[in-house]
Amino acid sequence: MPDEWSVVALSLRVSLLAVALTLPLAYALAWLLARRRFPGAILLDALVHLPLVVPPVVTGWLLLVLFGRTGPIGAWLEAQFGIVLVFRWTGAALAAAVMALPLMVRAMRLSIEAVDRRLVEAARTLGARPWRAFATITLPLSLPGIAAGAMLGFARSLGEFGATITFASNIAGETRTLPLAIYSGLQLPGAEAQVARLSVISIVLSIGALVISELLVRRAGGRRAHVL
Amino acid sequence: MSFEVSIQHRVGERAINLAFVSEERLTALVGPSGVGKTTVLNCIAGLARPQRGRIAVAGEALFDTGLGLDLAPERRGAGYVFQDARLFPHLRVDANLRYGERLAPSGRRWIGHADVVEFLGIGHLLGRWPATLSGGETRRVAIGRALLSAPRFLLLDEPFASLDAERAEALMTLVERIRDELAIPILLVSHDRGEVDRLAGRVVTLR
Repeated sequence: MPDEWSVVALSLRVSLLAVALTLPLAYALAWLLARRRFPGAILLDALVHLPLVVPPVVTGWLLLVLFGRTGPIGAWLEAQFGIVLVFRWTGAALAAAVMALPLMVRAMRLSIEAVDRRLVEAARTLGARPWRAFATITLPLSLPGIAAGAMLGFARSLGEFGATITFASNIAGETRTLPLAIYSGLQLPGAEAQVARLSVISIVLSIGALVISELLVRRAGGRRAHVL
Repeated sequence: MSFEVSIQHRVGERAINLAFVSEERLTALVGPSGVGKTTVLNCIAGLARPQRGRIAVAGEALFDTGLGLDLAPERRGAGYVFQDARLFPHLRVDANLRYGERLAPSGRRWIGHADVVEFLGIGHLLGRWPATLSGGETRRVAIGRALLSAPRFLLLDEPFASLDAERAEALMTLVERIRDELAIPILLVSHDRGEVDRLAGRVVTLR
């Protein structure tokens, strides 16, 4: 069992970092796409959705090209901050983050679009500058979407396989997350029981994340509709 | 001078041309529905931008294309009571009331929280969520929220519509009191000739 738990702990660490990294960026992108008309909006939208439609292996390869030790961003990160991502758990988090981004942006964008602009206008006439109107009206009213997006991104990160194995490789204890451990187990004779255990854990974690996200959305939506 | 408005505004096929100067405390803006009365209020509040023109209220210019002046809504000091109230659904009544109060420059406040609550008879609603209020209660809270933002003038968009006679009468008395006791310029949009004749010193017709 200790083997399984270290895999689970690594998976949770990778997914939590991925979601934490992506959350502010995803919300900013969602807000831009929901509220602003600007040249290049369609291009940005397409770019955000790229990981959703491109084979994950290709996304992993692109990350390798950009964030590898000789890639433009990877070389810069190493020179400036001594940060290396390839073959590290942080690299697995980056791969998971990129794959989770489109789902998170979609959920958040819908919830921002559902916030009535006229409420923001009302806040402005009451003396709120744009930033305050955003922080007091748009942000709290889109909170269910943020929660749903985060949980969806978390579940997606837990299941990330293709981009992770391409970019961060399959190193036990470092980048071997749940799906990679299941894949590795399938390559070995006699690891059926371990594969089954890991698969059950995966299913439980993913369903748990989805249920939590659903509950958060319901609670936020229900509070205002009910009396008192 | 309470209101000085001269605007040309075009939204799609519809064009609004309106010019008036009113010295009265309460000015009514009337006209058939769909003619753009609410749009005029939005222009004055800074939520819509006319193509050309000038808007000044209580002697202060808010908008002037000739001067390149266009104050942001939060700097105009409009107490705007929207037709659809627009209470913030995630804040209880009390927090709605305090939203603008907290942002108002302290030197400009001319009415306190307790006074507004008593004036409007909404003390028993403070802990409620907006979704649980009746139409009349919602309207009164919206008026209270606007008053507490220490406005320099009031824009009232059909404030008595869809209220029963008793509630409408109570609110009309209230508007009369605001007009007579608080002495800030009021622009009222209304369909109802009776309301207008009773409240307004000056009637402007938008065609």
